[in-house]
Amino acid sequence: MTQVSMTVNGKAVSAEIEDRTLLVAFIRDHLGLTGTHVGCETSQCGACTVHVDGAAMKSCSMLAVMAEGSSITTIEGLAPTDDTLHPVQEAFREHHGLQCGFCTPGMIMSATDMIRRYEGRLDEATIREQLEGNLCRCTGYHNIVKAIAAASETMASSGMTDEGEADTATAAS
Amino acid sequence: MYDVSYRRAGTVPGAVETFSQGDDPKYVAGGQTLIPTMKARLAAPSELVDVSRIEDLIGICEDGDRVIVGASTTHAAVHADPLLGRLIPGLAALAGNIGDPMVRHRGTMGGSVVNNDPSADYPAALLALGATVRTDRRDVAADDFFVDMFETDLEEDELITAIAFPVPKRATYAKFPNPASRYAMVGVMVAELADGSIRVAVTGAGSSGVFRWREAETALAATMDAAALDGLSVDADEMLEDLHGSGEYRAHLVGVMAKRAVNALS
Repeated sequence: MTQVSMTVNGKAVSAEIEDRTLLVAFIRDHLGLTGTHVGCETSQCGACTVHVDGAAMKSCSMLAVMAEGSSITTIEGLAPTDDTLHPVQEAFREHHGLQCGFCTPGMIMSATDMIRRYEGRLDEATIREQLEGNLCRCTGYHNIVKAIAAASETMASSGMTDEGEADTATAAS
Repeated sequence: MYDVSYRRAGTVPGAVETFSQGDDPKYVAGGQTLIPTMKARLAAPSELVDVSRIEDLIGICEDGDRVIVGASTTHAAVHADPLLGRLIPGLAALAGNIGDPMVRHRGTMGGSVVNNDPSADYPAALLALGATVRTDRRDVAADDFFVDMFETDLEEDELITAIAFPVPKRATYAKFPNPASRYAMVGVMVAELADGSIRVAVTGAGSSGVFRWREAETALAATMDAAALDGLSVDADEMLEDLHGSGEYRAHLVGVMAKRAVNALS
């Protein structure tokens, strides 16, 4: 057992956990934040994507103890307030970028990460290439790509891609 | 996954010391191969020694006529590095096509190199560029480092610390990715080194892992033109065969990707 401490969605959290606990299990089972999904559990589907120190990572492919001291953002922490949506969430709603919704949290966390990295300059081909790590079993990619393109444009025109998220200053890359 | 205990190392000697105290330990950095492998119960180390936060192992710098990449530097950092982008753009581009963005944010060059997956991208770069693998105790030339698939020259407790790449005149990597996994079905790096010598390294194809295609090197040294490779071929019997492609298919792809790499040289 190891004591881990990290910041999740702006709140300091701490727990004693088994070393083998995956980050996604810590987020879901220990913190009760079940918006982060477990899809394939083999690092392929990206449903478990969260931001670790500002960069998108697959929380099923790292141990919680590896995130000691890190700042984590999950889908629950993306919107500025409880009754508003982040522009990427808003765009997914507007463009019907989800069908069953299972992959959606991972898609949105990947989308916000790619918009940050490309500073809002994303064309369709780039979006499709950058979505390599996210699978949609409903095959709803067309509207997902449209939603990301729209969100990217919205965020660029409102200056959101300049400041990024609060935690991007310490991005690992 | 099976139970495992975790230790985070702060220094290279500290990591080796912690490793020496383990029953069946393994070093881990990004863990993008090791963690999924442990989850599938294909590996069951008793201790993980995390080297991903050792500061000496992170970062990219110029050292004379070489670029030194710390072993725990992520693929994303290699891809985005301005120094590499200027001096060895073919390597930076290669890193940007490994796996997917999330894997690139976490996976490291050292981890990929020591795993020596026969379909990994970096081994082709090390071999084509004539890189040197630095460890906690010695330097090993890439030509001697990659022994067989998933097998390297490293001792059990030896820790890779950096990879030193001589700056080439030019180098490009052409990859035919598996459409699902993005691992290389075949990847070929063609490099013209500073002394004018030509090296061609192939990953994804060989049944013993990454290899140099000497016949192509000789042909390209005489004429640096894709047409120089016409009529040359690798032995299909020495290629990987699996559900993704036969030996003949991969042998054919080696020629195609080598030509694409040559054509992309500038």
